[in-house]
Amino acid sequence: MSDARKTQAAVQTTGHAWDGDIQEFNNPLPNWWLWAFYATVVFAVVYWIFYPAWPVGGGYTTGVMNDITFVDSDGTEKTMHWNTRALLLKDLQESKSATLSHEYLEKVKDADYQTILGDAEMMAFTRSMAVGLFGDNCAACHGAGGTGVIGLFPNLADDDWLWGGTVEDIQTTITNGRYGFMPSFRETFNDKQLDDVAAYVLSLSGQHKADASVARGKAIFQTSTGGCYYCHGHDAKGMKSQGSANLTDQIWTIADVPDADTQEQKLAAVKAVVTHGVQRTMPHWSDRLDKTQIKLLTVYVHELGGGQ
Amino acid sequence: MTDSANEVLYQARIPIYPRSVKGRFRTLKWGILTLAYSVYFLLPWLRWTRNAGPDQAVLFDIANRKFYLFDLVMHAEDLFWLTGFLLVAALLLFFVTGIAGRVFCGYFCFQTLWTDLYLLIERLVQGDRVARIRLDKSPWNGAKVFRKALTHILWLTVAFWTGLTFTLYWDNAPDLIVKWFTGKAPFAAYATTLFITATTYVMAGLAREQVCTYMCPYSRFQSVMFDADTRIVAYDVARGEGEAGRHKVTRELKTLEQRQQQGVGECIDCGYCVQVCPTGIDIRNGLQVQCISCALCIDACDTIMGSLGWDQGLIRYTSEKEAKGQKSRILKPKTIGYGLVLLAAVVALGWSVSNQAPLEMAVVQVRQPLFVRLSDGSVQNSYELHIENKTDQPVKLAIMMRGLAGAALDVGKLSSVEIGPQRSLRVHARVRWKSGSRHKGSRSFQFNIIPQTRHEIGMVSAPATFYMPGSKN
Repeated sequence: MSDARKTQAAVQTTGHAWDGDIQEFNNPLPNWWLWAFYATVVFAVVYWIFYPAWPVGGGYTTGVMNDITFVDSDGTEKTMHWNTRALLLKDLQESKSATLSHEYLEKVKDADYQTILGDAEMMAFTRSMAVGLFGDNCAACHGAGGTGVIGLFPNLADDDWLWGGTVEDIQTTITNGRYGFMPSFRETFNDKQLDDVAAYVLSLSGQHKADASVARGKAIFQTSTGGCYYCHGHDAKGMKSQGSANLTDQIWTIADVPDADTQEQKLAAVKAVVTHGVQRTMPHWSDRLDKTQIKLLTVYVHELGGGQ
Repeated sequence: MTDSANEVLYQARIPIYPRSVKGRFRTLKWGILTLAYSVYFLLPWLRWTRNAGPDQAVLFDIANRKFYLFDLVMHAEDLFWLTGFLLVAALLLFFVTGIAGRVFCGYFCFQTLWTDLYLLIERLVQGDRVARIRLDKSPWNGAKVFRKALTHILWLTVAFWTGLTFTLYWDNAPDLIVKWFTGKAPFAAYATTLFITATTYVMAGLAREQVCTYMCPYSRFQSVMFDADTRIVAYDVARGEGEAGRHKVTRELKTLEQRQQQGVGECIDCGYCVQVCPTGIDIRNGLQVQCISCALCIDACDTIMGSLGWDQGLIRYTSEKEAKGQKSRILKPKTIGYGLVLLAAVVALGWSVSNQAPLEMAVVQVRQPLFVRLSDGSVQNSYELHIENKTDQPVKLAIMMRGLAGAALDVGKLSSVEIGPQRSLRVHARVRWKSGSRHKGSRSFQFNIIPQTRHEIGMVSAPATFYMPGSKN
């Protein structure tokens, strides 16, 4: 290997001189660069032939020999030119993880609730599928963790169930929706009576000492004067069929008692519920989710906190 | 225009036609090449029985995040072993290069191995050095086209088989090779094979010694690790040149006595050492950056000296110190230091690999919500237990909790779970604690998984935290 330095003929200039003697070399482009550039042009043309490329009239050139076959959203098999939407659908149907996922979905579809709850792998699969479903459908109201919004949407992560916490109850709730209704007692009671009922209700969960107000409230609650016991029951533990709250436990879904600082605020919170009543709806999901998806969500919600 | 502006700084490749040679180092190199090729080309086909997993002995299953090396299954979280391995490789390089010079370059590097094979193909098709030079100078007639085409076709075949074999390490070889040729392999398989084919063909067939001289960073920093004791290939200047220099054999300069009388060295300037050099240097000019320490020039000179009946070793492995007549040492602070650190790294890696835990658990807190108040006033925290069974057999586990007096663990019906071999599981666990208002903030505890079958595995614990609401109750 020699170290010779070659010289070549003087490099040509562009021929123009600025300011008398400033000239510019006209060096040729490096060959490797030039041929790489030509290669990119060839590549581009080949690309136009095999992939969608040019807008033409009202449409576009779709490329040749690039068909993708997939199952469309309405269940029919479709073959069309290369496009990323078809690629995605095909991947969702045929990829390795999609196939595995379908396998497990079939297993869950055929199994009953007790089987699923007792099988660790089915539970793990159910949870991961249901987290996505919950996020897409339920979290808008009930929150990402299912904790709900006090005053509006119940907390699904605790062990208190307005409409029943068995898997059958939860499935019914999701499938058919629920209508939570408590009448407004604004016109039935006067202000003092409302105070008394609020005091009695607070005393049921140990948040108000027993005094004359509580006794008066009890008389309203447990008799036909107020008739509260019709829905909440004489034991005030609520009725599954009515969706009425258990007033004796520490869980509040509408009156914000846990975050109230003073006794007056607690009383005011409960009084507001009795005064205005409750009218809230949970939509039904039978039209939007199929039975297997509802099954997955049921198991998920049941296991969130304390299914029955 | 000044001269420097007209100078072309690009040095086009000067073609090298290495001549064949026989000798102990050539034999050693062929031996190493055969061994290396056997391992590389045959290993993907070696089968291994496993209870759970593919039946290929060496398989890097990226899709399932497991590397199989005979009985060892490397999971994604064991990737730091690769760091350890690279560290050991680097230390080994520093250690060996300081002592033995560029032996990796000359004997083991895949650039050298494949270039050797390509040169062999060239020699078989086109002939030895003189024939090849003549062929290149001849006009493009039918014979030349045929020979050149055949050479390149054979090169491409070897390159293709190299690339395909490389791909076979990443999936089950018998299946993948069928899929590859029927068009059903994943795109990555085709891309990898084609890429390795292209680079093998270009590097070993076209670029050759330019890789060593210009491209390889390894070759440059190996030189930095040399010292005066390092083994190098050197020409004995004193012996070869004498006082008057080297000279070809003539009637007056035929025997050793004649040559010594006239002060002429033992080197007969036959040029054999230059002709066999794969990087095209003249070792008689001293150690050069292109020298890959392949020792073919030693074999060449020894052959000539042997046929003359003179002493061999005119070109030999030596060190700078030895060439000056001093003694060179191997045991000195640098080599001892590298050796000890290398030993420590190997021991640490070996210990880590052999002590791979059979069962692993990590606890992930469910943070949405961090805690839930229950109807009786107690607080509940949720966790996801990620449990991995790294053994070859299924195991049944009981899930328990300890460290929170009065707390209850609720895993639904999954208090006892079975995990298959090489499989992992996520279990949703809830912990309920009625701590009363005197406890606030957070408390640490631990989850335990206890094998109910295969008691030799032992209990595994993982820490967890229980969060309670703040000052408001």
